[in-house]
Amino acid sequence: MPSADGQACALVPRAATVGRVWQETHDTWSLELEDTDAPQAQPGQFNMLYAFGVGEVPISFSGDLSDPTRPLHTIRAVGAVTRALCALTPGSSLGVRGPFGVGWPLDAARGGDVVVLAGGIGLAPLRPLLYAALASRGDFGRVVLLYGSRTPADLLYPAELDAWRAASELEVFVTVDAASPEWRGDVGVVTNLVAKAGLDPTRTTAFSCGPEIMMTFCARRLQTLGVPDTKVHVSLERNMKCALGWCGRCQLGSELVCRDGPVLPFAQAAPLMATREL
Amino acid sequence: MRTLEQELEQLPFTQGLRPEHRALIAGCAKNRAFREGSYVFRTGDPADTFYLLRTGRVALEVYGPTRGALTVQTLGPGDILGWSWLFEPYVTSFDARVVSDTRTVAFDGACLRRKAEEDHELGYQLMRGMAQVFTDRLEATRMQLLDVYGDHAQR
Repeated sequence: MPSADGQACALVPRAATVGRVWQETHDTWSLELEDTDAPQAQPGQFNMLYAFGVGEVPISFSGDLSDPTRPLHTIRAVGAVTRALCALTPGSSLGVRGPFGVGWPLDAARGGDVVVLAGGIGLAPLRPLLYAALASRGDFGRVVLLYGSRTPADLLYPAELDAWRAASELEVFVTVDAASPEWRGDVGVVTNLVAKAGLDPTRTTAFSCGPEIMMTFCARRLQTLGVPDTKVHVSLERNMKCALGWCGRCQLGSELVCRDGPVLPFAQAAPLMATREL
Repeated sequence: MRTLEQELEQLPFTQGLRPEHRALIAGCAKNRAFREGSYVFRTGDPADTFYLLRTGRVALEVYGPTRGALTVQTLGPGDILGWSWLFEPYVTSFDARVVSDTRTVAFDGACLRRKAEEDHELGYQLMRGMAQVFTDRLEATRMQLLDVYGDHAQR
């Protein structure tokens, strides 16, 4: 348990610098930060990124976490703060707090199959998990990525998806909701990929991130196959402010998503996600 | 070389049928292959055939005058293609373009309807299988309509 001083310090952003910025899709950018005092982060955790004078938002880690001083964040510009963050240029300063939250329990999958279900920008928080699984590839059976996106132009990290396919250590299945005839891949929703992947329910531990509707449908499809909800882990997004479990803005029933999540077993998250009043 | 009945035993849509029912509908079936870039059928064609895909990939497309062809779904091994043969006026509502060389088991729709009428247990099992496909595709279409990856979350 951190001391009161330690927790107070966790409310104060440290200054970091933008090292590199590049555009991923029409509305999404990746920022590699220079954050010399950053603690080691785990896949699935998040930082609070502060665009000075605009505001602070929780953004998951989306790169290789082996060098904590150069965290990578993939950000979709959808509001004032994220637009300001995506407009930063190399050398710009921003505030950083974190890492925060509970990450993906990859250890739970050791000896079995890792199944990653990503939707849209949801691939970003899952990429560190894939890196970690590939770094200790011998500990797992199949490592399968099922990724759905709106259109081919909205796919994140397309070059890396191709490289993963070619390397054959990772089975990659991609689908989009709509496409023109030039697209030679699958068209349809990501849940269709669950059947296509030929999963073994007795060996599967699943990790899912994307819109809640998508995660729910994916979990239900896995359940139909015989994968219990306790072996499906989802990442939730709520209105996080303090990131320390103090302010209660992100409270979801008995859980404070910033502190007890964002990653939760679907068995625990499902009743909360289905409650309209929460 | 496998017989059509053995093929049907391997395909998800027909593997749950009783052997005598598989034998019955095999009488309506033949193997058909389609080359990449060809069309299995076009919008407005007579819907006289029901396909089970063995290999390859087929795109269901809708053509809009100002938007060109739009792919709404792709189908692959194990999927069914076409259900307009079940209902009057037996006319197809999509283009089915072959994305990669495709092999199918193709059933004569009128023959299937006749056998289902003669043997209602077979008819029930076929309709039950079709209903499951309708349900899955309706659920998928609803998800697509929800546009879950759109700009709904504002920060």
